[in-house]
Amino acid sequence: MARSQSKELERKKFFADPIMVTTIVVLIVFLTLFILYPLAILLIDSVITGEGISLSVFQRVMGMPSFRRAITNTLKVGFLVGILSALIGLLFAYVEEYVQLKTKMLAGLFKVISMLPVVSPPFVLSLSMIMLFGKAGIITRYLLHIYDNNVYGFWGIAIVQTLTFFPVCYMMMKGLLRNIDPSLEEAARDMGASRLKVFNTVTLPLILPGLGNAFLVTFIESIADFANPMIIGGSYDTLATSIYLQITGAYDKQGASAMAVVLLAITLMMFIVQKYYLEAKSTATLTGKASRQRMMITDKSVTRPLTAFCLLVSLFVVMMYICVPLGALFKTWGYDFHLTFKWFQMVFTRYKGFKAFKDSFLLSLIASPITALLSMIISYLVVKRSFRAKGFIEAVSMLAMAVPGTVLGVGYIRGFSAGVFRSGFLQSLYGTGTLLVIVFIVRSLPTGTRSGISALRQIDKSIEESAYDMGADSFRVFMTVTLPLIKDGFLSGLVTAFVRSITAISAIILLVTPKFLLITVQINEFAEKGSYGIACAFATILIIITYGSVTLMNLFIKHFGTSREIKEV
Amino acid sequence: MAKEKKGVRLEHISKIYLDPKTKKEFYAVKDTTLDIEPGTFVTLLGPSGCGKTTTLRMIAGFESPDEGEIYLGGEPINELTPNKRDTAMVFQSYALLPHYNIYDNVAYGLKLRKMSPEVIKEKVTNILKLVGLEGMESRMTNQLSGGQQQRVALARALVIEPGVLLFDEPLSNLDAKLRVTMRTEIRRIQQEAGITAVYVTHDQSEAMAISDQIIIMNKGVVAQMGTPQEIYYHPNSEFVADFIGEANFLKGTITAKNETNGTADVYGNTVELHDIADRSVGDECTLVLRPEAALVADEGQLPCDVILSTFMGSYQNYHVMVGDTLVKITDFNPKNKKIYAVGDKAFVKFDPDSVHVI
Repeated sequence: MARSQSKELERKKFFADPIMVTTIVVLIVFLTLFILYPLAILLIDSVITGEGISLSVFQRVMGMPSFRRAITNTLKVGFLVGILSALIGLLFAYVEEYVQLKTKMLAGLFKVISMLPVVSPPFVLSLSMIMLFGKAGIITRYLLHIYDNNVYGFWGIAIVQTLTFFPVCYMMMKGLLRNIDPSLEEAARDMGASRLKVFNTVTLPLILPGLGNAFLVTFIESIADFANPMIIGGSYDTLATSIYLQITGAYDKQGASAMAVVLLAITLMMFIVQKYYLEAKSTATLTGKASRQRMMITDKSVTRPLTAFCLLVSLFVVMMYICVPLGALFKTWGYDFHLTFKWFQMVFTRYKGFKAFKDSFLLSLIASPITALLSMIISYLVVKRSFRAKGFIEAVSMLAMAVPGTVLGVGYIRGFSAGVFRSGFLQSLYGTGTLLVIVFIVRSLPTGTRSGISALRQIDKSIEESAYDMGADSFRVFMTVTLPLIKDGFLSGLVTAFVRSITAISAIILLVTPKFLLITVQINEFAEKGSYGIACAFATILIIITYGSVTLMNLFIKHFGTSREIKEV
Repeated sequence: MAKEKKGVRLEHISKIYLDPKTKKEFYAVKDTTLDIEPGTFVTLLGPSGCGKTTTLRMIAGFESPDEGEIYLGGEPINELTPNKRDTAMVFQSYALLPHYNIYDNVAYGLKLRKMSPEVIKEKVTNILKLVGLEGMESRMTNQLSGGQQQRVALARALVIEPGVLLFDEPLSNLDAKLRVTMRTEIRRIQQEAGITAVYVTHDQSEAMAISDQIIIMNKGVVAQMGTPQEIYYHPNSEFVADFIGEANFLKGTITAKNETNGTADVYGNTVELHDIADRSVGDECTLVLRPEAALVADEGQLPCDVILSTFMGSYQNYHVMVGDTLVKITDFNPKNKKIYAVGDKAFVKFDPDSVHVI
């Protein structure tokens, strides 16, 4: 038996569609040049030295005690943050799905909590942590009268990262718990198991792979995080900050490349376990839809402690976020609590605030539609078409998810500052806004692609086939059928890409040139200098921008969305 | 209505799939040669996994054959993509475009053909009248019942005047009553439009009611092709006989024969047979006896024991044992007839012309 004729025919049919062929070729070039190549050059750079191929650079960096310490630091923080986030996330999800809430307030709080990390720059919690619990912290200094509290270091990073990342776990666990058929637990209750027993023997085993999945996702996020350790780490270096300092402080680009390879290897390993083992397992055990409403727990001995805990955590997080605009309004944080607009004024007068917002806004605005469109095209190709390079496109766009921004930044420096393979080709790209836009795109592409894929999987394949059958070519099918059907997904992809771009820092900070002022870089700079008023003023305006765009999107989808119509078909 | 009725010819078509579990290749369709005459309504019928849908999708161009060539109106079309083929398909799930209203759904194919708005309007209006949906142009697809959605799907396929209309189990999502109405409708519209139609179904009564020709498929190969009557009365295998309607199979040996007629020995009884010109004395054979073609009586060809007797209203349902073979008999209009009870000894009686020998 041979399937050669059908393969040959499929090939001919494929090449009869020039727009699709061009799209795929462009995609492959883009993914190779801006994701694969920068990573490859890191590996190449760190093994090829003056005297040929050797591991001497690795030996050198591994010989640095500070780097070895950074590895253990990173893993320690990641492990703790992963566990804490997964557990707190699970608790929140459990309370939302299982516990009868007395007031609407907590439900509202939960919504805010799940929204905050999306709209805020990833490191504002570090800022507020310092302002609340640092040496001049309101809580430590004025409420508790502790004058030498040290928030910097392991615990600072761990707490801030946990508070930043647990909402992601909460959303993941919520989805899983919702898919548990209540009759499974009721059957166990019916046979005489206590609530605790039911949780331990039914609920927990069902969600265990999902919990592991949430743990690993957070672990990766924590390891890749740059800004929080940068601001609140103090002398406690992690891999991401070590790499940054190796470049900006020690000017050792080759050493930084080797370090980046080490960081990439760690995240990649985790990612592979998470993606191909846990993710499949966690959804495989829970495919059933809940057959009916769950009987909520009303037992006060259960509801009270659980809701109290969630309420405390939520209020704490909200307080941390409120601290940011307050910090921008007080004259001198920690000493002079008179209200003032001087920080906001200074942002725009002395610190070129307009230029910073214009640059950030413009670059993100250019990047987001390209990202949204690219991720929809990739999702369309992955879900609806079959061709030989499909595996490559899918794998590389998913791979980008596992690449920490710092690693990508170093890769771009090594890969483009002297042109591709030091040939001078594309060297003119280096230092331009175009390259920054490309970084924004690459950084948001995986999220967009992932949501695009799940949106497209919901659409019956025959709808597109019917359009194809009526005489539309691939391009027309995509424009007149696919895109309109996932309009909502496209819009939210657009806004997510925008928000991610305008709040991005890790890769950007390594690549930005004085020509461009970016808000996040400014915030980072002023926070490091200890000018919290200015940093807070920048951050407040940034949060307003991102929150505004998300709200606008939701309003837009509510009024012009298509999802309702599609679901009913 | 169609500009040109086209025939379809499949020449030694095979399609090989890879079983994702066992990693083994297998033939979904094997060495199939078919001729579908222009203007006829041909049904591909068979159990699930028999290759009927794969065959249809190869004609539409969604799948590519591994061996052989497909011709549409005499032209080889293997290398054409679905959008370049003169075919239109009605999908099982209707596959209407949910973001368009009915008018735009039907006009979609015409717009792609760059027709003027006036022509499009005229064609859409005419076709909606034909399928009985006039006045509903501005409705969205989710405001329609299943039957109406089906009509839109049909209109959309018809309006581009394809050489061949393809149906992929179009009625399987409808309730039983609507299925019967819609299949009559589809047949009427096909005849009015005078279009070639290839229809896939696993429902044998649907196939019987709607087709000029039925092609029975089994395990990737064509088991039999013929008119509904030919298939029903002259099945060429136990599979076909069993798949179309109900059938009893009695094993026998030919004992005597002249030009066309003869006798066979069945469990020691002599049974008269007609139309067995291609058999010779001593041959093993199988008698196909339809339940409605036989009666339980006091005398007849084969002695039997009644083991089940159920009154069903319009008929009496019997199960009787002839030797060690179970024979099912439906005796219609039993009101004034003798009813046999379980345990009775009786005879199976039938007309020699009603027995088909395979």
